[in-house]
Amino acid sequence: MTLALNIFTALAVFAGTFFFLAGTVGLLRFPDALTRLHALTKADNLGLGLVVLGLLPRVEWPFGAFKLISVWLLVQLSGAIVAQLIADFVRREEPHA
Amino acid sequence: MASILIGAACFVLAATALGLLRILRGPADADRMMAAQLLGTGGVAALILLAVAVRTPAIVDVALMLALLAAFASVAFVSSASRSRDKAPPATDPR
Repeated sequence: MTLALNIFTALAVFAGTFFFLAGTVGLLRFPDALTRLHALTKADNLGLGLVVLGLLPRVEWPFGAFKLISVWLLVQLSGAIVAQLIADFVRREEPHA
Repeated sequence: MASILIGAACFVLAATALGLLRILRGPADADRMMAAQLLGTGGVAALILLAVAVRTPAIVDVALMLALLAAFASVAFVSSASRSRDKAPPATDPR
Protein backbone atom coordinates (compact mmCIF):
# COMPACT_ATOMS: atom_id res chain seq x y z
CA MET A 1 0.00 0.00 0.00
CA THR A 2 2.77 2.41 0.93
CA LEU A 3 4.68 1.44 -2.20
CA ALA A 4 1.63 2.04 -4.36
CA LEU A 5 1.11 5.46 -2.77
CA ASN A 6 4.78 6.31 -3.29
CA ILE A 7 4.59 5.33 -6.94
CA PHE A 8 1.40 7.38 -7.33
CA THR A 9 3.07 10.40 -5.73
CA ALA A 10 6.17 10.10 -7.88
CA LEU A 11 4.18 9.71 -11.10
CA ALA A 12 1.85 12.62 -10.41
CA VAL A 13 4.66 14.92 -9.29
CA PHE A 14 6.73 14.06 -12.35
CA ALA A 15 3.75 14.69 -14.61
CA GLY A 16 3.24 18.05 -12.88
CA THR A 17 6.86 19.07 -13.33
CA PHE A 18 6.61 18.03 -16.97
CA PHE A 19 3.72 20.46 -17.40
CA PHE A 20 5.77 23.21 -15.77
CA LEU A 21 8.59 22.51 -18.22
CA ALA A 22 6.09 22.51 -21.09
CA GLY A 23 4.70 25.84 -19.89
CA THR A 24 8.18 27.35 -19.81
CA VAL A 25 9.07 26.03 -23.26
CA GLY A 26 5.76 27.31 -24.62
CA LEU A 27 6.30 30.69 -23.02
CA LEU A 28 9.72 30.94 -24.64
CA ARG A 29 8.99 29.42 -28.04
CA PHE A 30 5.39 30.28 -29.02
CA PRO A 31 5.04 33.06 -31.61
CA ASP A 32 2.53 35.53 -30.14
CA ALA A 33 1.09 36.65 -26.84
CA LEU A 34 -2.18 34.69 -26.92
CA THR A 35 -0.50 31.34 -27.63
CA ARG A 36 2.00 32.05 -24.87
CA LEU A 37 -0.92 32.74 -22.55
CA HIS A 38 -2.34 29.35 -23.52
CA ALA A 39 0.93 27.62 -22.54
CA LEU A 40 1.01 29.55 -19.28
CA THR A 41 -2.49 28.50 -18.24
CA LYS A 42 -1.65 24.85 -18.92
CA ALA A 43 1.27 25.09 -16.51
CA ASP A 44 -0.93 26.88 -13.97
CA ASN A 45 -3.81 24.46 -13.97
CA LEU A 46 -2.43 21.05 -14.85
CA GLY A 47 1.10 21.42 -13.48
CA LEU A 48 0.10 22.66 -10.06
CA GLY A 49 -2.96 20.40 -10.03
CA LEU A 50 -0.91 17.27 -10.65
CA VAL A 51 1.71 18.28 -8.08
CA VAL A 52 -1.02 18.83 -5.46
CA LEU A 53 -2.71 15.56 -6.42
CA GLY A 54 0.54 13.69 -5.98
CA LEU A 55 1.23 15.27 -2.60
CA LEU A 56 -2.26 14.61 -1.18
CA PRO A 57 -1.54 11.08 0.17
CA ARG A 58 1.67 12.26 1.81
CA VAL A 59 0.48 15.11 4.07
CA GLU A 60 0.49 14.11 7.72
CA TRP A 61 -0.69 17.18 9.61
CA PRO A 62 -4.40 17.78 10.22
CA PHE A 63 -6.28 19.61 7.46
CA GLY A 64 -3.14 19.48 5.35
CA ALA A 65 -4.82 17.95 2.33
CA PHE A 66 -7.65 20.47 2.63
CA LYS A 67 -5.13 23.30 2.69
CA LEU A 68 -3.26 21.99 -0.35
CA ILE A 69 -6.51 21.75 -2.29
CA SER A 70 -7.43 25.28 -1.24
CA VAL A 71 -4.05 26.55 -2.47
CA TRP A 72 -4.71 24.89 -5.80
CA LEU A 73 -8.23 26.31 -5.97
CA LEU A 74 -6.96 29.81 -5.24
CA VAL A 75 -4.32 29.56 -7.96
CA GLN A 76 -6.92 28.10 -10.32
CA LEU A 77 -9.38 30.95 -9.68
CA SER A 78 -6.80 33.72 -9.90
CA GLY A 79 -5.18 32.09 -12.93
CA ALA A 80 -8.49 31.98 -14.79
CA ILE A 81 -9.30 35.60 -13.99
CA VAL A 82 -5.80 36.85 -14.79
CA ALA A 83 -5.70 34.93 -18.08
CA GLN A 84 -8.96 36.58 -19.13
CA LEU A 85 -7.70 40.04 -18.10
CA ILE A 86 -4.37 39.68 -19.90
CA ALA A 87 -6.00 38.26 -23.04
CA ASP A 88 -8.46 41.16 -23.08
CA PHE A 89 -5.59 43.61 -22.62
CA VAL A 90 -3.56 42.01 -25.44
CA ARG A 91 -6.53 42.02 -27.81
CA ARG A 92 -7.23 45.69 -27.23
CA GLU A 93 -3.54 46.49 -27.59
CA GLU A 94 -3.27 44.83 -31.03
CA PRO A 95 -6.74 44.20 -32.52
CA HIS A 96 -5.45 41.94 -35.32
CA ALA A 97 -3.85 39.40 -32.97
CA MET B 1 10.82 9.95 -1.08
CA ALA B 2 11.81 13.32 0.38
CA SER B 3 14.78 13.58 -1.94
CA ILE B 4 12.53 12.95 -4.95
CA LEU B 5 10.22 15.76 -3.81
CA ILE B 6 13.12 18.15 -3.20
CA GLY B 7 14.53 17.28 -6.61
CA ALA B 8 11.14 17.97 -8.19
CA ALA B 9 10.99 21.32 -6.37
CA CYS B 10 14.42 22.27 -7.72
CA PHE B 11 13.37 21.20 -11.20
CA VAL B 12 10.21 23.31 -11.12
CA LEU B 13 12.17 26.30 -9.86
CA ALA B 14 14.78 25.87 -12.60
CA ALA B 15 12.08 25.57 -15.27
CA THR B 16 10.25 28.69 -14.14
CA ALA B 17 13.54 30.59 -13.78
CA LEU B 18 14.25 29.70 -17.41
CA GLY B 19 10.88 31.23 -18.20
CA LEU B 20 12.19 34.54 -16.86
CA LEU B 21 14.12 34.88 -20.12
CA ARG B 22 10.77 36.02 -21.52
CA ILE B 23 11.00 39.06 -19.22
CA LEU B 24 14.30 39.99 -20.87
CA ARG B 25 13.08 39.44 -24.42
CA GLY B 26 9.63 41.00 -24.07
CA PRO B 27 8.43 42.17 -26.56
CA ALA B 28 5.31 43.57 -24.89
CA ASP B 29 4.58 44.25 -21.23
CA ALA B 30 1.90 41.54 -21.24
CA ASP B 31 4.54 38.91 -22.10
CA ARG B 32 6.67 40.03 -19.19
CA MET B 33 3.67 39.81 -16.89
CA MET B 34 2.98 36.26 -18.09
CA ALA B 35 6.51 35.22 -17.12
CA ALA B 36 6.00 36.73 -13.69
CA GLN B 37 2.72 34.84 -13.38
CA LEU B 38 4.48 31.59 -14.29
CA LEU B 39 7.12 32.34 -11.66
CA GLY B 40 4.36 32.81 -9.08
CA THR B 41 2.72 29.49 -9.88
CA GLY B 42 6.06 27.68 -10.07
CA GLY B 43 7.04 29.17 -6.74
CA VAL B 44 3.81 27.90 -5.18
CA ALA B 45 4.44 24.40 -6.56
CA ALA B 46 8.05 24.37 -5.35
CA LEU B 47 7.00 25.60 -1.91
CA ILE B 48 4.34 22.95 -1.36
CA LEU B 49 6.74 20.26 -2.61
CA LEU B 50 9.26 21.49 -0.04
CA ALA B 51 6.61 21.67 2.69
CA VAL B 52 5.73 18.00 2.26
CA ALA B 53 9.37 16.95 1.77
CA VAL B 54 10.66 18.54 4.99
CA ARG B 55 7.35 18.07 6.88
CA THR B 56 6.91 21.73 7.77
CA PRO B 57 3.26 22.78 7.50
CA ALA B 58 4.07 26.48 7.77
CA ILE B 59 5.59 26.50 4.28
CA VAL B 60 2.11 25.86 2.86
CA ASP B 61 1.06 29.20 4.36
CA VAL B 62 3.95 30.85 2.54
CA ALA B 63 2.74 29.24 -0.69
CA LEU B 64 -0.78 30.53 -0.04
CA MET B 65 0.61 34.03 0.49
CA LEU B 66 2.65 33.84 -2.72
CA ALA B 67 -0.40 32.76 -4.70
CA LEU B 68 -2.36 35.70 -3.28
CA LEU B 69 0.41 38.19 -4.09
CA ALA B 70 0.84 36.86 -7.63
CA ALA B 71 -2.88 37.32 -8.27
CA PHE B 72 -2.75 40.88 -6.94
CA ALA B 73 0.36 41.67 -9.00
CA SER B 74 -1.29 40.61 -12.26
CA VAL B 75 -4.53 42.46 -11.56
CA ALA B 76 -2.55 45.59 -10.63
CA PHE B 77 -0.54 45.28 -13.84
CA VAL B 78 -3.61 45.04 -16.06
CA SER B 79 -5.43 47.88 -14.36
CA SER B 80 -2.44 50.26 -14.35
CA ALA B 81 -1.36 49.36 -17.89
CA SER B 82 -4.80 49.89 -19.36
CA ARG B 83 -5.19 53.14 -17.45
CA SER B 84 -1.88 54.52 -18.75
CA ARG B 85 -2.75 53.37 -22.28
CA ASP B 86 -6.12 55.10 -22.12
CA LYS B 87 -4.39 58.32 -21.11
CA ALA B 88 -1.51 58.23 -23.62
CA PRO B 89 -3.22 58.51 -27.05
CA PRO B 90 -5.81 61.31 -26.84
CA ALA B 91 -9.04 59.90 -28.29
CA THR B 92 -7.60 58.02 -31.25
CA ASP B 93 -9.09 54.75 -30.03
CA PRO B 94 -12.93 54.76 -30.19
CA ARG B 95 -13.01 52.62 -27.04
